Amino acid sequence: MPQNYVPIFIFIAFIGILIPITLLAAKLVRPDNPSKSKLMPYECGIDPLDSSRGRYTVRFYIVAILFVVFDVETIFLFPWAVRFKALGMYGLVEMLVFLIILIVGYIWIWKKGALEWV
Amino acid sequence: MNVQTYIIVSLVKIVLTIFILLTAVAYSVWLERKVVGHMQNRWGPTRVGPFGLLQPLADGLKFIFKEDLTPPHVYKPLYIAAPMLAVVFALTSISVIPIGNAITVGKFSTPLQITDVNIGLLVVLGITSLGVYGVALAGWSSNSKYSLLGGLRASAQMVSYEISLGLSLIGVLILSGSLSLREIVLAQQGTYFGFIPRWFFFQGQCFAFFVYLTSAYAETNRIPFDLPEAETELVAGYHTEYSSMKFAMFFMAEYANMITVACLATILFFGGWLGPMFGPAWLQQTVLPVLYFIAKVFVFIFVYIWVRGTLPRFRYDQLMAFGWKYLLPLAIANLVITALIVALRS
Repeated sequence: MPQNYVPIFIFIAFIGILIPITLLAAKLVRPDNPSKSKLMPYECGIDPLDSSRGRYTVRFYIVAILFVVFDVETIFLFPWAVRFKALGMYGLVEMLVFLIILIVGYIWIWKKGALEWV
Repeated sequence: MNVQTYIIVSLVKIVLTIFILLTAVAYSVWLERKVVGHMQNRWGPTRVGPFGLLQPLADGLKFIFKEDLTPPHVYKPLYIAAPMLAVVFALTSISVIPIGNAITVGKFSTPLQITDVNIGLLVVLGITSLGVYGVALAGWSSNSKYSLLGGLRASAQMVSYEISLGLSLIGVLILSGSLSLREIVLAQQGTYFGFIPRWFFFQGQCFAFFVYLTSAYAETNRIPFDLPEAETELVAGYHTEYSSMKFAMFFMAEYANMITVACLATILFFGGWLGPMFGPAWLQQTVLPVLYFIAKVFVFIFVYIWVRGTLPRFRYDQLMAFGWKYLLPLAIANLVITALIVALRS
């Protein structure tokens, strides 16, 4: 029933109000005396060399792409699992075919070395 | 029930839940410090109150009275929003989790959960996976190398393990035939031979349970998967540049996530609030179920701490290989075998 979702939004709103209030209340009581060395980016006491948003390894992008593929598949499996008994043999075979296609892809990315973290 | 009573009842439940959850978060920090202390031949907190029981309160006060530095090099809107996002999503995921049967006062009856939605499991998974935004944005907006690396590592790890986590739950869904957490619990009623409970763990989902638990540890960035905040290499990871209440919020989010994971493990694999019933009706209806639920969740939180006190940390390539090359095939195999067995039986 749609109205059952209303309390979730009330919950989010409640915390969403509570937390800024906590932060603002803390602002009233806490000390505030920043200095130059306190405000430096933390790099173990050494002056930072260049921008911290520099280049990083491409592996993170590959993980993100693989995640999208496999997560969509997971979401696709959820409704199937819930209706499993009603779908019967037909549903089972259909899903096995789907999974076989997916597993072939999985083996391919494994052989391609996308899962290696060098 | 008309609209007004519905809203008021929901509000009362929400306030109570938040109060209980925050207390539970505070005391799981205390429990962790105490248990890890004893495991390492120390005492843990002892000074504030008996057995250090008032320590969480003192910590909370100290967090409020600490100076909150916002370094000038950060991207301010996201820097402030990130801890809030983390804590909001971590706390909200508890809102569909049932902790017992309905509670009845006179003619009035309401279930012991904030709201019973028929896709409860999806709601929990969806909201907890939004938690990755808090971490990733904190790492990016801090404009510090340690934070960026910590945030990247955390997001990559969380999305990788989310897949095996989702797949490990499908066996349970095939057996229960429902996404509503309440119906999943009720599908586990009864016993084998009169003494083995028909929890999904004993219905053959034990592999799924271990896959779930391992992925959940990685999802919550806990030891042995706490690479995002590996002190020896990244100082504190994505919350390096945070202080005071904002730092406390990341902590709250982490422990709230731990509690959610423990609740889900209890509901999906260990029968939720089910257990041996005895005594008068009010005891069986309300008190015992809630006690069983809390006891099971407590066991899982203890195991969390136990693992932390026992295991060393993975290396990052080992962590990614473990998620993609071992847990994922295991989860798929479990799902196929469960489907075949259920199909053959019917």
